[in-house]
Amino acid sequence: MTATARDGGENTTGADGRPAGLVLEVADLCVDYGIADRALHAVDGVSLSLRRGEVLGIAGESGSGKSTLAYAMNRLLRPPGIITSGDVHYHPKGGGPPVDILGLPEAELRRFRWAEVAMVFQSAMNALNPVMPVRAQITDVLAAHRPEMTRRERNRRMIELLRLVGISPDRAGAYPHELSGGMRQRAMIAIALALEPEIIIMDEPTTALDVVIQRQILTEIMKLRDRLGFSVIFITHDLSLLIELADTIAVMYAGRLVEVARSGELYRAPRHPYSYGLLHSFPLLRGDRKQLSSIPGSPPDLRAVPSGCPFHPRCPHAKDLCTQRVPKLGPVPGSPESGQQAACLLYEQDGIGPPPASLGEREQAHVQ
Amino acid sequence: MAISSSAAQTAADMGVPDAGRVLRRASRLGWLGGLRSGKIIVGLCLLGVFVAAAIFGPLFDHTDPSALSAAQLQPPSAAHWLGTTQTGQDVFAELLNGSRVSLMVGFLSAAIATVLSLVVGLAAGYLGGVVDEVLSVLSNVFLVIPALPLLIVLAGYLPNKGSLSIAAVIAVTGWAWGARVLRAQTLSIRNRDYVEAARLTGESTLRIIFAEILPNEIAIIASGFLFTVIFAILTEAGLAFLGLANVSEWSWGTMLYWAQNGEALQVGAWWWFIPPGLCIALVGTALSLINFGIDEFINPRLRTAGVATKSAAKRLRRQAAAAGPPGGVTVGQTSRAAASSARMQVFTPVARRNRNERGSR
Amino acid sequence: MSSEQPLRSGSDPARKGGGSQSAATAAGNGLDGDVRQPALQATGLTKHYPVRQRGRADLGRRLAVHAVDNVSLSLYPGQVTALVGESGSGKSTVARVLAQSTPASDGTIDLAGKPVRVRRRRPFRKYARHVQLILQDPFSSLNPTHTVNYILARPLRIHRHAHSADEVRAGVARLLEEVNLTPPGQFAEKFPHELSGGQRQRVAVARALAAQPEVLLADEPVSMLDVSIRLSVLNLLQRLVTDRNLALLYITHDIASARYFATTTLVMYAGQLVEGGPSETVTQQPAHPYTQLLIASAPDPEQLEGGAEPTSTGEPPSLVTPPPGCRFHPRCPYVMDICRQTRPPRSELAGGQWAHCWLHASADRDTAHSRGERNE
Repeated sequence: MTATARDGGENTTGADGRPAGLVLEVADLCVDYGIADRALHAVDGVSLSLRRGEVLGIAGESGSGKSTLAYAMNRLLRPPGIITSGDVHYHPKGGGPPVDILGLPEAELRRFRWAEVAMVFQSAMNALNPVMPVRAQITDVLAAHRPEMTRRERNRRMIELLRLVGISPDRAGAYPHELSGGMRQRAMIAIALALEPEIIIMDEPTTALDVVIQRQILTEIMKLRDRLGFSVIFITHDLSLLIELADTIAVMYAGRLVEVARSGELYRAPRHPYSYGLLHSFPLLRGDRKQLSSIPGSPPDLRAVPSGCPFHPRCPHAKDLCTQRVPKLGPVPGSPESGQQAACLLYEQDGIGPPPASLGEREQAHVQ
Repeated sequence: MAISSSAAQTAADMGVPDAGRVLRRASRLGWLGGLRSGKIIVGLCLLGVFVAAAIFGPLFDHTDPSALSAAQLQPPSAAHWLGTTQTGQDVFAELLNGSRVSLMVGFLSAAIATVLSLVVGLAAGYLGGVVDEVLSVLSNVFLVIPALPLLIVLAGYLPNKGSLSIAAVIAVTGWAWGARVLRAQTLSIRNRDYVEAARLTGESTLRIIFAEILPNEIAIIASGFLFTVIFAILTEAGLAFLGLANVSEWSWGTMLYWAQNGEALQVGAWWWFIPPGLCIALVGTALSLINFGIDEFINPRLRTAGVATKSAAKRLRRQAAAAGPPGGVTVGQTSRAAASSARMQVFTPVARRNRNERGSR
Repeated sequence: MSSEQPLRSGSDPARKGGGSQSAATAAGNGLDGDVRQPALQATGLTKHYPVRQRGRADLGRRLAVHAVDNVSLSLYPGQVTALVGESGSGKSTVARVLAQSTPASDGTIDLAGKPVRVRRRRPFRKYARHVQLILQDPFSSLNPTHTVNYILARPLRIHRHAHSADEVRAGVARLLEEVNLTPPGQFAEKFPHELSGGQRQRVAVARALAAQPEVLLADEPVSMLDVSIRLSVLNLLQRLVTDRNLALLYITHDIASARYFATTTLVMYAGQLVEGGPSETVTQQPAHPYTQLLIASAPDPEQLEGGAEPTSTGEPPSLVTPPPGCRFHPRCPYVMDICRQTRPPRSELAGGQWAHCWLHASADRDTAHSRGERNE
């Protein structure tokens, strides 16, 4: 099992030869919808690694496969979704052999879920049981996974969790529809934290919320992360949010990873034309008002993914080779030690390089 | 020609379709995609057999079902395919002729009931207010009144008990359910954005109801229609069995009436009462299959019905294994545990091939 | 990288705040001069939704959701005005009241200087010919059983811009070309589910244009689109505003796009307008604490280290029993006693900016009050 190196930094290896601090490794994961001829490749050969305490952001638009990836990692995807290849390995805290999530028998998977990996879904209104008060939903989780806890202990833990996320305990008996959107999302986070997991996967947790509430909740999450030390996989289409929030960002397009970089580097020097285009299409609130540009065309339908590089119909730097060869995610030559990676023929051997200078650096538009 | 094409264009603009356009549009809207469903095909074929038999059968087989003969209570033979009745009448001929009446009454009353439920349901759902209250009370009353006693009473008052009258009477008792369903559906569609957009464009209420909302309810209307056909055929048989229909007119129901009268069950003349019952059951089955097919089609999740269950996941894994390269598949653990668990578990099926065999992608 | 025109209606992109009010309004196409007639003007718009009384009916109190309270605004031809607010602020209700899709509880709407109030179908149709609303969700605003051709032909016929089939066909083609859905013949025959989100929204824009209105109200036109397509749709709207001299009300929750796109920005909170003025000024030097909170909360990639945390918590108030006085006072870090009692009047600030805040209330409060609630 090869551990592909990600954003540099700690490259020290532990006793068993793998880089220290790694908590989740995804290797070459492929997820299809449907079988054989009619299969849609929703996720195509994605490899990622997550370190302890790290915030990994997965950015992409509709059809990019980011949600499918998150659900597949936890084996939460419903048929006709099917994982056709790849590995997902979880490294438990305190050493121990890595757990092959995809190979877990169901009883163990059920034990594994939520205790080690928890998930916060996009729409809390849909994820919370409408006929159970919030407190019951939390104690439910505790009862399922920790049968040795007494009722009193469960209640105590439940109140502790609610306080942790900023919900006052007197609202514990409220039903989901009696709470506002922000509070519902916070309740979801409380449920996710119930068993102190090592990894929390968040699928667009604040998309349906206002920008003010969003800011509050994200601040809350970061504080909790600092305190409890879990890792976060944050999935969203809002790249500007990730740049502020995440340590590492992985950009997905048509089911493939097109760029992986530390957030600062991605912002300053996006290498892939898609990331570049995305970053330039966000209107800035501060700083000089500068030219904005959009990416022509629209994200591809997964039933008709363009040949070769899926981005080539919209790419200003595309050449003929791009319609034939699928670029592989590889290190960008000349990028700093942190190992920024991009999947673009501009950077590959015998590709269509060298990359134009304009792609290297963002326009200097943010001089204060 | 310029004139006719522009007329067609105008017609198209006004939303009045011609057959070719309808089919093309239906196929692109995916409505004909239902034809790929096994259930619908089987149902249609089965129904087709009966309809063809009803229309063409008596043209080929000129045996008069009412003709008395000396061969009484004969079991099926070469001369009489389904045997004879107590009075020597040919059961098969009766069946064939009776199918016309049964099916016609069924479809006709369903058509009347559907039109009624359409008008009431759409008006109540869209207009709301007083109209909704009045129409709802009306449909509630008709829902609550027991159908059979009402039918018996109405049939008793009918001047002539011909099939048309019976059809009308059945329609009167069968429209309320569809009206409730359509009202609910209309209430839901009324709040959709495209209806509001149509209002903002300045469309008239009538056009909104019939050109914006109605096309979105076609599937439900079709499903309701078929359901009502089953109801109508059964009701007609019931009425006839009770002797309330015109017993001298041949239908499956009247066959059962005469069979009952002739004590066919006691005598053991199964060829007399089983065929009509079987026909009713088969037509009902055919219509139900078509209905299920439409249901599946409306809700794509049902297509892989029970897909969230472990058995479907198992099936998927097996299919993936079959589709992949031979000998290179490691299949994820098969499901066994938690049969006792009442909750529906979701475990994505895993059908991993060895990495070095993952050839073309 | 294909770059497009900066997203401002004709004004200099490097301009920072400043400039007099007349310069801002004259920046649009057409008329010069200080006083131009607004294409659409709303004064004191109020919309209360009655809440069904449950429980003790003898309470006698009439409860209502105060969705919109005393909102006044003007839309000028050739200009984009942004209305920014969170969900629940009432901005969508304002759009619907302005479109006369739902009647206002109070206040007046003037179309080209003449007051209008329509209830029945025929007057409404006449009004719809001048004022059109574009809805937010492109995935549900087009009837899935109709082709694009039908969707665009209907408004052409209803508003009598085309009569014969040929005219209709030509009109549909023209509309599709205008929204960059070419070749028009190919798109006219498509059903909505065969189009992408961006294309659907363009069809929605074309449908609104078919009536040939003077005023366009766009309710969050790009929030449900992918990020990479948003700009192109906004650019399209910008071009239409300039080419057809339309007055556009751009409703959004994204204040950053308001800065780029609109000449004037209005900020709404809990059903009331709290601040307004030239977009650059409002976003760079927000006067009202709520606007400051909005701007501090917006994601800002520039602040990689996590910037200053917004200084207030809490959530928007219930609109059934809104707080007395200034509705923001429970969350305001600068709250004073008077804020809890009286709603602040409109205070004019420099450069055409104004705010309803006691922090900025001029000493001469009576003058501010008597000038009335007008947004010039």
